[in-house]
Amino acid sequence: MEFSIYDFSSFTAWIDQSLRAAMAPGWAIAIELVIIGVVILAFYALVGLFLIYAERKVCAFMQNRLGPNRLGPYGIFQTVADMFKLLFCEIIPIKNSDKVLFNLAPYIVIIASFLTLGALPFAKGLQAVDLNIGIFYIIAISSMSVVGVLLAGWSSNNKYSLIGAMRSGAQIVSYELSVGLSVITIVVLAGTMQISEIVEAQRWGWFVFSGHIPAFIAFIIFLIASTAEINRGPFDLAEAESELTAGFHTEYSGIKFAFFFLAEFINMFIVSGVAVTLFLGGWMPLHIYGWNGFNAVMDFIPPIFWFFGKTAFVIFIIMWFKWTFPRLRIDQLLKLEWNYLLPINLVNLLLMAFIVLMGWHW
Amino acid sequence: MEEQVKKIISDDEEYVINMGPQHPSTHGVLRLVVSLKGETVKRVEPHVGYIHRGIEKMTENLTYPQIVHLTDRMDYLSAHINNEAFCLTVEKALEAEIPERVKYVRTILSELTRIQSHQLFWASFGMDLGGLTCFFYGLRDREKILDIFEETCGGRMIVSYNTPGGLMNDIHPNFQKGVKDFIKYFRKKLPEYDQLLTGNVIFEQRTKNVGMVTRDEAIAWGMTGPVGRASGFSCDIRKHNPYSAYDKVNFKEILYTEGDTYHRYKVRMDEMWESMNIIEQLIDNIPEGPYSAKMKPVIKLPEGEYYQSVETARGELGVFIVSDGNKNPYRVKFRSPNFVHLAPLDLMSRGYKIADLVAISGSLDFVIPDIDR
Repeated sequence: MEFSIYDFSSFTAWIDQSLRAAMAPGWAIAIELVIIGVVILAFYALVGLFLIYAERKVCAFMQNRLGPNRLGPYGIFQTVADMFKLLFCEIIPIKNSDKVLFNLAPYIVIIASFLTLGALPFAKGLQAVDLNIGIFYIIAISSMSVVGVLLAGWSSNNKYSLIGAMRSGAQIVSYELSVGLSVITIVVLAGTMQISEIVEAQRWGWFVFSGHIPAFIAFIIFLIASTAEINRGPFDLAEAESELTAGFHTEYSGIKFAFFFLAEFINMFIVSGVAVTLFLGGWMPLHIYGWNGFNAVMDFIPPIFWFFGKTAFVIFIIMWFKWTFPRLRIDQLLKLEWNYLLPINLVNLLLMAFIVLMGWHW
Repeated sequence: MEEQVKKIISDDEEYVINMGPQHPSTHGVLRLVVSLKGETVKRVEPHVGYIHRGIEKMTENLTYPQIVHLTDRMDYLSAHINNEAFCLTVEKALEAEIPERVKYVRTILSELTRIQSHQLFWASFGMDLGGLTCFFYGLRDREKILDIFEETCGGRMIVSYNTPGGLMNDIHPNFQKGVKDFIKYFRKKLPEYDQLLTGNVIFEQRTKNVGMVTRDEAIAWGMTGPVGRASGFSCDIRKHNPYSAYDKVNFKEILYTEGDTYHRYKVRMDEMWESMNIIEQLIDNIPEGPYSAKMKPVIKLPEGEYYQSVETARGELGVFIVSDGNKNPYRVKFRSPNFVHLAPLDLMSRGYKIADLVAISGSLDFVIPDIDR
């Protein structure tokens, strides 16, 4: 077996072959599924912990503070300690709540984000499943989380929660359109929905550069709309703490609250990952046509670092939004989508289709 | 009985939520019973009294120098101005000659108090609208003023530096330098506040044309301070009925006519600049002299009724003393601006959204202990 950090496909193929050599194909696939599940679950928790730490540090520096700095060097174990605290936290039972839905809601939210991770390409060959409609799958699955949010708001028998859930419903349904349309703009440009091919198409120029102005507009709209879709500031109306105390998760405590909290951060990672895959070339290094020396140096950096580096950059921008802007009001939020983003997006899509039709995109 | 209660609070069509007494945006133990239709506010019913301590009744068993310490606990963000208001009333009743030095120091400290109160307003208003970073910027700069207070007055927030007739102590030797350093520092930092919040599109959309109050309404409801002045009601006591050293300084009365949430915010931002101008005019000219007038050990006011009003950071604070000639007052009434501003909250927020209600109550800058006293 030869292992290379530049291409994981030989590594995964080796696992597959040795499993198939040892047992029946059905068993091999079952074990592979388990391995993928465990790896993604571990990755999920790790990214969640790291993002919570990163958010606390970033917001601290934006606010003239130090942030966590006691537990371990630079406070890196603070979130681990917080996780254990939440694990052992008492779950306060709620009277007159709809028990089944109340307990189900956090799992729906967390499963939606968990399933999405499976389709993200982290590096060359490091993708759990490469569907031929991969990007469609991501959009479809990630919007399932609104069901969990609505159920959480409805079942906790709290008026604040219900308002938060309704806001969240209206918000996600609206902004899903913009996310979808800006993704379609890129699908038109790439000519495929398969994520590995979208990344491959960006070998000689990331779409945000090579796709002319429509791709850039789509990138901006995607950033705005996806920030709204994951309920982060300045669009965090569903949990607007100065109005609705904590919105839809007001009544949740302990590990169930942690699920919502974790899912929010993972969703941030996912939308950043999707933005990177669609617009910033995914794991593809920065190549400039004709500069062979430069390209060779860029290729020397492993793809996995490219992916996480770019994702971190987008995540930082999303955090920057949150800690700078005040929150929108619900009617302004919907107006922004239906009056501005959606028309711009539709025109943008036509423009992109025209560019592709004329063959100006390569 | 239950039927009756239900009718009073709401009819069945309304969706009633209880904001408070523990709620992040009421800045204390204020309870607002809000009737909603969807997101729209139909009616707001403020319930007060959660932190009522009976300060006005307590004063009847205390001597005048003791009462000064209770006035801190009303509007704790204008603590020094409250002290001053009460002392001015007592001095007016006694017709005491107050040294010039005292007047100057009181004025400077009043303006510092106003600045720190507006800083906290800016901080918490940003937070009400969801911009959490404002809070830390505001508190960072407020800390500098509190350090000046600590040095000179001993207390940071609850200063109790005034006594009837003068001040508790002379100013600290570093006082003038500290204040000048602060002004130099804050003149650089105040534009940052504008950069972060004032020109922001989201902020302007959230606050402009929200919670309108016309000039006539402001006068009818007795709205004073920044709230009244944003509606075009010229009500600055410092200008119209100067006390302490306000007749010796030049300053503008900030007036806007729009009367919306944005301009109530704007008045406070401009007032911080004016306050710094006032302090700069006085700080180098503090006259030498005693820090307190000679007062009798036991202060007894002559029989009669006395009234004095001052401009706190939130509006007009009136102190009304009825004396029967004893060492305790017969009756004391404080006309506190926050209580007056709470009444028209319903009027101002009807028909707007819940988020606007938070913005409007934020722009009225409530300090709950001042409402309940």
